[in-house]
Amino acid sequence: MEIPKSFLGYKRENGRAGTRNHVIILPVDDISNACAEAVANNIKGTIALPHSYGRLQFGADLELHFRTMIGTGKNPNVAAVIVVGIEPKWTKRIVDAIATTSKPVEGFSIEGVGDIDTIAKVSKKAQEFSMWASEKQREECPMSDLWISVKCGESDTTSGLASNPTVGNLMDKLEPLGVHLCFGETSELTGAETVCEKRGKTPEAQAKFKKTWNDYNDFILKEATDDLSESQPTAGNIAGGLTTIEEKAFGNFQKIGGCQFIDVLEPAEEPTKGAGLYFMDTSSAAAECVTLQAAGGFNIHLFPTGQGNIIGNPIEPVIKLTANPLTAKTMSEHIDVDVSKILSREMNLSQAGDELIKSTLRVANGRLTCAEALGHKEFVMTKLYRSA
Amino acid sequence: MSNTDIIIHDEKDNVGVVVIEKINPEQDCNCWIMENDKSVSIQSKDEIPLGHKIAMTDLNEGDTILKYGHDIGKVVKNIKKGEHVHVHNVKTKKW
Repeated sequence: MEIPKSFLGYKRENGRAGTRNHVIILPVDDISNACAEAVANNIKGTIALPHSYGRLQFGADLELHFRTMIGTGKNPNVAAVIVVGIEPKWTKRIVDAIATTSKPVEGFSIEGVGDIDTIAKVSKKAQEFSMWASEKQREECPMSDLWISVKCGESDTTSGLASNPTVGNLMDKLEPLGVHLCFGETSELTGAETVCEKRGKTPEAQAKFKKTWNDYNDFILKEATDDLSESQPTAGNIAGGLTTIEEKAFGNFQKIGGCQFIDVLEPAEEPTKGAGLYFMDTSSAAAECVTLQAAGGFNIHLFPTGQGNIIGNPIEPVIKLTANPLTAKTMSEHIDVDVSKILSREMNLSQAGDELIKSTLRVANGRLTCAEALGHKEFVMTKLYRSA
Repeated sequence: MSNTDIIIHDEKDNVGVVVIEKINPEQDCNCWIMENDKSVSIQSKDEIPLGHKIAMTDLNEGDTILKYGHDIGKVVKNIKKGEHVHVHNVKTKKW
């Protein structure tokens, strides 16, 4: 298949392009959720991103909170942002960082004003932003404006056999076009960590991966009551035929095809080394991982599933594919791309990769994903340790 | 084309994965090697369910199991070509 050279996206002030055109109401902290949700309810064309944290965090955990908030606002799928927090100082820090993209952004704080007057003020600004954004048109953008993140979930043997390699095939075909790519899941690479490390393009990238995985493993050994041999692979994995943690990890690893990663990113960190594949240090929990990748600036997500994970994200469209024929049938409303014909050999990997590229472009051009149509907006902050 | 009973990821792999509901003892199976799109055949010795692995060659204690072209564990009990490969004869090298 000849791969298309462009898609229809929203060009942003800073040169990036979005596959979506959201106006978001972003609460800095848990107690500002009510205000943000009231505004999103008042003003059509806006969405609130409620979450559970943002108070009394400190150190690296607080920095990750800011990075996630700021990155979400900067994401090119977002046309304009309103930030609402209880206090002005943290609110302003987020507004100022998002403003570096030159997109419309405004902050409001609730303390000394109360919810009702804040909701009124924010609603007026939100209406202005929503009507402004509604005039934005999709324009032709080069494929290199696609920033694709990947993560698998509810995996079974069909994932390693077919749906993950399909994503790998897409990566192999799109990497030469200057696309940014990102995989994560530090924990689920256990067993394949030394092979994954060698996929680093430079000694620096390899060393950075090794340190990231070792730090994770030290943490597990410190916190776990026993080694992971009882939980990895899980009883369900074993019943499905997965024998060892290495086998599970290599199934996961199929998602990057033959690509090499050029850098290792902190959770929610924006890549700065140009086009190519990046590894991001993330949890393997689906909503946490996708939220971090979206905050890193990725504008479209591919999610292979075996048994049928149903996750979505409020700003980054999540495309699901499965090679499990039963899941494709019983959970059809969640599955964007069915590659189960690989197992019956009616389709080879390259054909499946082509199908996935076509579906990815349709979604990039504006087609709703199953998760979007069903209203899945899982926005989940990663917390590194308890608050003060 | 005849139906595929077993999929092998990589030419180097010494195990394949059953992709039909189950294979029976003495069943002649069609195997597809995904990496190079080639076909091979094997006769099973055990009943093996969907998603589980079959030995493509004789394996001795201490041998390495290769899947995806990579080391996924060690043989802890001799395995004959066509036998079921799982937790009863293969263990992780991790712990």
